[in-house]
Amino acid sequence: MADLDNFRAETRTWLEANCPAEMRQPMKSEKDICWGGRNFEFQNEAQRQWLNAMAARGWTVPDWPTDYGGGGLSPAEAKILKEEMAALGCRSPLTSFGISMLGPALLKFGTEEQKKHYLTEIARGEIRWCQGYSEPGAGSDLAGLQTKAEDKGDHYLVNGQKVWTSYADQADWIFCLVRTSTESKHGGISFLLFDMESPGVSTKPILLISGNSPFCETFFDDVKVPKDQLVGEENKGWDVAKYLLGHEREMISGMGLGGEKEALGKSVGPIEDPLLRAEIAAFDVDALAFAAMSERFLDQLKAGEAHPAMPSMMKYAGTELNKRRHELVMAAGGSDTLEWDSDRSKGGKAARDWLRTKANSIEGGTSEIQLGIVAKHILRLPGA
Amino acid sequence: MMTLTDDQRMLQDTVRPFMADEGAIKLQLRHWRDSGCSDGYGTDLWKQLAGLGLTGILIPESQGGAGLGAVEAGVVLEEIGRNLTPSPFLTTAVAAVRALEGSAQAERWFPGILAGETVAALAVDEGKHHDPSQIALDAKRQGNGFVLNGAKQFVVQGNSADVILVAARTAGSPGETDGLTLFAVEKGANGLNVDSATLADSSKAARLGFTNVAVDADAVVGEVDGGWAPLSRALNAGRAGAAAELVGVAAGASDMTFEYLKQRKQFGRLIGEFQALQHRAAHLYGEIEIARAAALKAAQLLDAGDERAELLISVAKAKAGRVSALAVQEGVQMHGGIGMTDEHDIGLYMKREAVLSELFGSPRFHANQVAVLSGY
Repeated sequence: MADLDNFRAETRTWLEANCPAEMRQPMKSEKDICWGGRNFEFQNEAQRQWLNAMAARGWTVPDWPTDYGGGGLSPAEAKILKEEMAALGCRSPLTSFGISMLGPALLKFGTEEQKKHYLTEIARGEIRWCQGYSEPGAGSDLAGLQTKAEDKGDHYLVNGQKVWTSYADQADWIFCLVRTSTESKHGGISFLLFDMESPGVSTKPILLISGNSPFCETFFDDVKVPKDQLVGEENKGWDVAKYLLGHEREMISGMGLGGEKEALGKSVGPIEDPLLRAEIAAFDVDALAFAAMSERFLDQLKAGEAHPAMPSMMKYAGTELNKRRHELVMAAGGSDTLEWDSDRSKGGKAARDWLRTKANSIEGGTSEIQLGIVAKHILRLPGA
Repeated sequence: MMTLTDDQRMLQDTVRPFMADEGAIKLQLRHWRDSGCSDGYGTDLWKQLAGLGLTGILIPESQGGAGLGAVEAGVVLEEIGRNLTPSPFLTTAVAAVRALEGSAQAERWFPGILAGETVAALAVDEGKHHDPSQIALDAKRQGNGFVLNGAKQFVVQGNSADVILVAARTAGSPGETDGLTLFAVEKGANGLNVDSATLADSSKAARLGFTNVAVDADAVVGEVDGGWAPLSRALNAGRAGAAAELVGVAAGASDMTFEYLKQRKQFGRLIGEFQALQHRAAHLYGEIEIARAAALKAAQLLDAGDERAELLISVAKAKAGRVSALAVQEGVQMHGGIGMTDEHDIGLYMKREAVLSELFGSPRFHANQVAVLSGY
């Protein structure tokens, strides 16, 4: 324990000395998120400094091995770092699908060379990744995907279309599920990495009900992908995909935390309507209980005690909760929160955020898919 | 860390099979119910719990107990809930022990509790809803002691108890938490009328009438006018414990139900093959995990003396109550007709849930507490 106490004290001192004051202010909008990448425009010098200082210590990915740009921290140390960052109000130095999704999959399935190369780039925030999973004909039935990768000796030739590719128009590289065999549905899928600047790749943003376009359609027209960019074995990509989806679900379920341990009733201003107050109190019971569950789930993961299908339960519960949260924010805001483009409403932030949450229980596997996974793998119900 | 320690796991490994065997529904709940036992529980089992060191689980080691905390009590209570095992554990070993600890009355009652010979009850509620700040039962100084007048209800095991911890008002007015005093009133006190009722779940709770019940000054637990402190200790422990027991009730009912889905056939198929039931079962599973996490978090914060403990206890009691209600309702519904029969155990879970959810504050009471403690 003395070692951990020392680590805590040193961490606090270092954070106080190295986290710029601007990076200790709460984020005002999505624009304050640091995504990194080749074309990322830093909001200010402080954002750049903060990323570089943390990356130099490996603390953008504190629990990854130091060989791959990580901090090599133990679970207990990583938890302390998180707590100390929260205590000082430090923003996350880097947010990326590389960290939350691809990284864990590469750590498990990547070759030593792939890990050294790609993980280090992710840790430093040099490459921004996007995810090529869903297709127009393969949504909930993801394994029905048709994007084709033909073996051309030293490379694959990729043709097809992806949809719901988050920020594809801003990403540098894509991790992509492709069909390398038609003989078996799940056993004909491979997991490829390639540069979005490769000839033949194009993207088209999709306008959503929120008026924003965080997702794209992505097209592949004779895209050449060198064979050393295959992760895991050919036709065994579904294993990688499932593992990665588990991490994606953890990430999405984390969204349900919102204000984490803060009650919603505190943040919506005075509540005069007793019926609304009762609804919000019932919500806060659920949200604070779920916050405890999230903490427990992370501890169980670290201890190796979590059931492999638990991320599905967390994703389902977290996203349904987040949708409810935003319904209540809208109810508390009344007609104020219906404004769509006024400065007063910060460009309709509340309404757009509310609409955005409706995708939470669709993306990364719908609520119904998650319930099916829990029924099959945890409850072992027949025919599930 | 929100995983159990090795010691806590060992406790669980001891208590789980013990309750499943000795505390089983057939042996305890149904046996005492059907034999018309006036206590509603078996005194032999209470002695057995003492033999395992469980009645003194919260009693300090210096006074002969195990000196453990709310997390360990919760481990025991989850198994009690799972088997619907009737016993004075929650009121005596958890709530009353916490009220008495550190007081002169502890010396008087702890040895009997440790031996499994003494049962204590908590008399708080005065109306049909739990609302301790509204306590009005009157206690006036008289000579060297006090004289009590008023009424209490929902005093669990009030007729079996050797001592009843009575929250009374010595100053101030209903609505104030100052001016309350906690008294240890012994069984058979003059002027004390005990009207014992059997509740829906076959447990016993009494309505108490106090007509000039005289007690000595040394019957006071803690400070005169400062009864809110020991009462809060008792209620915090009792609520956290009830939350854990409710999680056990939910787990017991849902395990039984999930098993039934794998056995019952209709239309030539196992009913668990129907997606309409699969998704409801999966939802219920998740809710129980969340309730269990909330109950564990509340117990950990209570043991750590954390300032957020009271908030999380209310979260846990409210959540566990709601989830356990969902579990028993889905349980009866998914069992269909057989679930409506007295012969099947699933209905017993529904009745226990109703009583436990109300005890020490309903889910609505605690949702309101969450709002109040959060400042809205």
